[in-house]
Amino acid sequence: MRPEVALPILLPLLSGAISLLFWRSRPMQRFTAVAGNLALLGVALWLLVAVKLDGYVVIQMGGWQAPYGITLVADMLSAVMVVMTAIIGLTLSIYSLASTGPGHERFGFYPLMHLLLAGVAGAFLTGDVFNLYVWFEVMLVASFALLILGGEKAQMEGAIKYVTLNLLASVIFLSAVGLLYGMVGTLNMADAAQRLAVAEHQGMVEVLAVMFMVAFGIKAAAFPLFFWLPASYHTPPVAVSALFAGLLTKVGVYALFRVFTLLFDQTLGYTQDILLWGAALTMVTGVLGAAAQFEFRRILSFHIVSQIGYMILGLALYTPLAIAGGIFAVVHNIVVKTNLFLISGITRRLQGTYELKKMGGLYRERPWLAVAFFLSAFALAGVPPLSGFFAKFVIVRAGIEAEAYVVTAVALLVGLLTLYSMVKIWNEVFWKTLPEDNLVPAEEVLVGDDSRMVPPSLWLMYLPVALLALFALLMGIFAEPLMAMMNQIGDQLMHPQGYIDAVLGAEVGVEDVLIEAPEQEETP
Amino acid sequence: MEPVMAVAIGMLYAAAIFLMLRRSIVKLVIGLMLLSNAANLLIFTSAGMIRGAPPLIPEGLPAPPGAVADPLPQAVVLTAIVIAFGVLAFAVVLIRRAYEIVKADDLDKMKETDT
Repeated sequence: MRPEVALPILLPLLSGAISLLFWRSRPMQRFTAVAGNLALLGVALWLLVAVKLDGYVVIQMGGWQAPYGITLVADMLSAVMVVMTAIIGLTLSIYSLASTGPGHERFGFYPLMHLLLAGVAGAFLTGDVFNLYVWFEVMLVASFALLILGGEKAQMEGAIKYVTLNLLASVIFLSAVGLLYGMVGTLNMADAAQRLAVAEHQGMVEVLAVMFMVAFGIKAAAFPLFFWLPASYHTPPVAVSALFAGLLTKVGVYALFRVFTLLFDQTLGYTQDILLWGAALTMVTGVLGAAAQFEFRRILSFHIVSQIGYMILGLALYTPLAIAGGIFAVVHNIVVKTNLFLISGITRRLQGTYELKKMGGLYRERPWLAVAFFLSAFALAGVPPLSGFFAKFVIVRAGIEAEAYVVTAVALLVGLLTLYSMVKIWNEVFWKTLPEDNLVPAEEVLVGDDSRMVPPSLWLMYLPVALLALFALLMGIFAEPLMAMMNQIGDQLMHPQGYIDAVLGAEVGVEDVLIEAPEQEETP
Repeated sequence: MEPVMAVAIGMLYAAAIFLMLRRSIVKLVIGLMLLSNAANLLIFTSAGMIRGAPPLIPEGLPAPPGAVADPLPQAVVLTAIVIAFGVLAFAVVLIRRAYEIVKADDLDKMKETDT
């Protein structure tokens, strides 16, 4: 039995249950949030070490042999993503101690956050395609409730688009799962991969591949399916925005990487072009959309879309190096994008608005905040020696090696435009002097975010920002060991036989059944 | 049986998409309901339909004799129905709240957050 694979799912569920039990006790919920996520980080690191040692860690739920039961499996990609989930969960729970007011906490912010993390971790760890759908729904339902927390008009309008398009994506995904089962008679991804390779109707496999691509493309916010994201991500409380920005779209990207390297690697001749040009258009539309905006969180939302393009480009180029670069971009983006949203929350707290035109003078007022923003923003734009540079460098190099010159040129140009947007924020928020008509409107802050202008609580907001900025810097400085890990991911994804053997391999299954059996005898 | 089901499922998908393209948020949610029902029937049908043969193993035999209905898609559909029920319950509450706040049943009046 390998408990470390199941624990990243069970722990947030447990924390969620505990905070539901203490529905009325605010201190207890806050304590559970931090302690639960700290424990989650510990378990996630345990999983990472176990995967580093063994390559793949597999458990069969209930001791049912692989193609029949539900398998939880962690390869390097899953383990890294679970660690990132835990890091974001921990930093956000600290941040929301100060940023989420009592009004939002009373309506279940913390239990929902735990359930969301459980759904995300479940999606990363499952080896069963219907189970993946279930985890997606767990994550979605929690995100729906978080999105409308507070119930303002903009949130309702954003939520209708978010809910509709995400449900549409779920139904497409579910239909694809049904057709997949009709074709190969299995829901286990490793088993399905083997059977799809020898399937009779390869045309049907291509249809399935495109259905999965559309479903996960909507969830990942790829062009032309991204419109729900900039319409909704700037509406909820800032801690929720940051949580969504860091994790939700990346689950869609993860699912794309998983199904296109494992299930549909033989249809790539057909789907690769769509992914490649989809990636290029995603990068361009995202960054151009951001250039037109003058609201802090809207700019960042469009940049999420633009950065998704880099990740999908890594998948579309389909070499071990490109995949390593794509996952590097995912990891780097989770940290940096979350941090930028957290910083937007602090500036909002300080100056009472998200409108760039009304802000200013923070470089003089809060130099360390400016440094944290500088590190994150320039990491996002890909300035060396920060983390984004290496992600971009690897992808561009893989692009040149694959002779996809046009798309590679687009990637470089988009980097420049990203820098433009980040410099725009820097100039407006930190560099220029505060416009005279902006009195800090304390009442508006109080009503809108029901946050308090209490200075002592602000360090709880600075701490996670400082941690994440430092992390982005360290990812750049120690890019070498990180890149070794990414290369291992690229290698594992490009050779799915290892994954298939680990899931279906007789040794693992039998061993688990043998361990399970005596336990079952004891229970009655 | 399968051709009839296929036509019915296709009509459900078409009706759902048609309703979702309307401007009324109530019709939008009805469209979502039809869509999830269509997906459930699709799973049920694509796995193959066998009538009157429950997957029961008679006493003393190691496996059921002859072809039996596949229980797995039924379990999958059951799970999907429960999930759809929960999600749609949320959607119904959401459109009610949205109607109270925006004071309109019209998606064209909800464009403030678009860019």
